[in-house]
Order: sequence, then C-alpha cells, then structure tokens
Amino acid sequence: MELTLSMVIVGGLGVFFAGVLAYAAKKFAVEEDPRVELVADLLPGANCGACGLAGCSSAAEKIVAGEVPVDSCIPGGKKVADSICEVLGLESVASEGRKVAEIRCLGTKDVAPDKFDYQGVRDCKAAMMYSGGFKACTYGCLGLGTCVEACPFEALSMGANGLPQVDTEKCTGCGVCAKACPRNVIHIELADKKAKYIPCNSKASGKVVRQACEVGCIGCRACVKACPNEAVTVENNLAVINREKCTDCGKCVEACKRGIIKDVGTVLVLK
Amino acid sequence: MYLLAMIFVAILSNNIVLSQFLGICPYLGTTKRIETSVGMGLAVIFVMVMSAIVTWVIDLFLLQPFSLEYLRTIVFILVIAGLVQFVEMVLKKTNPALFQALGIYLPLITTNCTILGVALLNVQSEHNIIETVVYSLATGIGFTLAMVIMAGIRERLELANMSNYLKGAAVTLVSAGILSLAFMGFKGMVTL
Repeated sequence: MELTLSMVIVGGLGVFFAGVLAYAAKKFAVEEDPRVELVADLLPGANCGACGLAGCSSAAEKIVAGEVPVDSCIPGGKKVADSICEVLGLESVASEGRKVAEIRCLGTKDVAPDKFDYQGVRDCKAAMMYSGGFKACTYGCLGLGTCVEACPFEALSMGANGLPQVDTEKCTGCGVCAKACPRNVIHIELADKKAKYIPCNSKASGKVVRQACEVGCIGCRACVKACPNEAVTVENNLAVINREKCTDCGKCVEACKRGIIKDVGTVLVLK
Repeated sequence: MYLLAMIFVAILSNNIVLSQFLGICPYLGTTKRIETSVGMGLAVIFVMVMSAIVTWVIDLFLLQPFSLEYLRTIVFILVIAGLVQFVEMVLKKTNPALFQALGIYLPLITTNCTILGVALLNVQSEHNIIETVVYSLATGIGFTLAMVIMAGIRERLELANMSNYLKGAAVTLVSAGILSLAFMGFKGMVTL
C-alpha cells in the first residue's frame, strides 16, 4: 500500500510538472528574430567588447535592429561585415584593411633605465600610481604586462626583453590592449601595408629623451627632411609616419640619427 | 523577537556557506568579480524564498498526511527543478528586465544544494509559513553576504604579489577558511 502511494505521489508530481512545463513552453514562448541567431553565429564570439557593446550576442541584436552599423565588429573586419550583409540582404560596406596592435616603444631595461626600484603590484596601472611609473621615460612601456592580461585573443605575450610582443596572426585589432595600457603605448594600425614606423611614444623634448632613453625619438626632423613623400610629421617632439603616404623607400631609416625607424610587422628584439 | 533572532542566526552566526558549508560550489565558482557574485546572490534569494514556500506547502499537504517524509529529498529536487524552469519561462515573457538581470544564474541554481538544504531545514525544524519565508530570506541574504565578501577579497588577491605555488585555487581556499573562522566570532551570541 505504502509503495503504491509513494509511486503515485512522486509519479503524479512528475506528470503534473511535465504538464505545467509543456503548457508554459507554449503559453510563454518568446518569439525571437531568427536573424539574430544567424548574425550571432557569424560574429567571432570572443566577447571582446571592442564594439562597445556587452558582448557578441547583444551586438547581434543591435545589428539586426539596425541600431549599430553592420561593420561594428572590429576583430571580424570586412569578412564578417560582408557575411552579415548577406544575411540581412544589404549592400556590402567598404572597409579598410586588417588592423593589428603595434607596440610603440623600444625601451628595454638596458636602454631605458628605471628611476627607482619598484616592488609593488605587478600591474602597469598600479605602477602608474607611484609618481607616474618607475621608468625614467614617462611615455614608454612599463613592461608589467597589463596589455597581455587584457588581450581576449591571447595574441600578446611578454617578450624576453621585457616588452610585449604582438602575434600578428592572432591579433584582430580589437583595441582592448590599447585601452588597457595606461601610457597609450599601443596603437591600432594597418598591418599588411609595406611601410616604416617609429616605435617610440615619447612626447618629451629631445634633451629629456636623451637622458631617459637611448632609443627614443628626439624630434630632430632629419626623417621629415629625408622623406620624398611628405609622409613624416613631427608633433609634440615625436615623429609619426603616415602609413597611407609611406612608400617604404627607406630614406628615413638612413637619415635617423637614433636608428629607430623599423619595418611594419617586424618582431622587435633589441641587441 | 524569535524572528529577529532567527534572522541574525541565519545571516551571521550560522551562515549557510561559512558555517554550514552548503553551496561551496557557487561560493568558489562565481566569486571572481563582485558584480557576478551580486547577481548570483540575488538569484539565490529569489529562488530560495520561492522554493521554500512551495516545498513547505507540498510537505504539509502531500507528504505529511500520508507519512511519506522519507520521500522529502527526491520530491523536493523534483519540485525545485520544475519550479525554476517554470519561473524562468514566465520571467522571460513577462519581465524581460528581471530575466536579463538574473539571466544565466537561474538555471545554474536549479540543483544548488543551498536551495535544497534550506527547503529541507525548514520542514525538519517544523517552521510555520512565516518562519519559513523569514528563514529562507535571511539565509539567502547570508549567502549573498558571504559571496560579496569573498568576491571583494578575490578581486584584491588578483593583484597581490605572492609566490606562484599559492596563486589561484590555493590562496582562494585559504582565504575561504580564514573568512569562515572570522564568522565563528558570531557563534553563541544568539541562541534560538
């Protein structure tokens, strides 16, 4: 008797809940735009937040609703934007080439000395709180790897020389590292164009740079004079090469007294 | 007065995580950031109160009359799982904002042992319906408190300078132990 009763009660509860859930599934069904799921599948799914939204699924919702442009996904680039256009039946949008992170500093410990011994938390943002960082140069990479931690694609690693290295294959140019860097050393730049660039971020005057770093740009304008295409400009004591105009002729490399003008995409390992 | 004492006991001196060692899994799993721990805590409070009431009613009208108390565990699991599923569906339709906030935590706590633990404790201690509501609410608050404190500690530990063998799980378990010791200070302050 007791056996039957317990079977009836547990079984009855099971059947009852099954019925309620089956009814609720029909009654409370939420209709979703099927295109949202299709678009979400096309997005990389890393939830890097480079688009400024909460994640890939919320980006998909906003793209389908038309609240943000179809090429909002920076890591996905033109390829993803085109396939989203296909799903939504839109004209494909023109987009620039692939961009990756670029570390604009060559200041390893040997060439850019510290001004004091830092024993605190191993984090660049924390280090910045102690009189603006332990490096004599106030613009260069602190090398504690906050950008490496921030990268959602594991494209950054800490090199043996104490500077972060970019794996350009893995890098999607999402810019999370650039936002994480308290010294704005990381720039997001066109990757596949043959060109030169100047891996320095120092806006200090030439005299100050000479004291703080052996490989810093002193803003001497030798490269500006050497360039036949007017691609180099000096602003705030820092020479910057316009990647659109640069033809990779190499004249600036010869002219540079500090020898710090490099090819785009080379992995920088100093002496 | 009895209810006040009960709230004190449930939140501090007999905290569900730190003294009764229930719900260790979400306690260690979802306390990496304060935001997530708050979300988890709120979802637990919500489900805990709801399931405690329903299981209390089922116990009173279905199990006790037929002296089937030995079936409590399995029946409560069934009831809680079905209930959480049902509430999730209803919330998604009727209150999308709340559904977004509780979001992924709702299905996560379907089989959480704190929920089942509180439902069982309520019927074992022969609480009436008011005591049931108050006890499960206070226990949920105690759970959230423990989660938020732990998340705060772990956010700081992330940046702390320590030897490699201590990092990660080791230091988390050590701090969980110390936190539990700290809550032992409330023991015996109030007796029910």
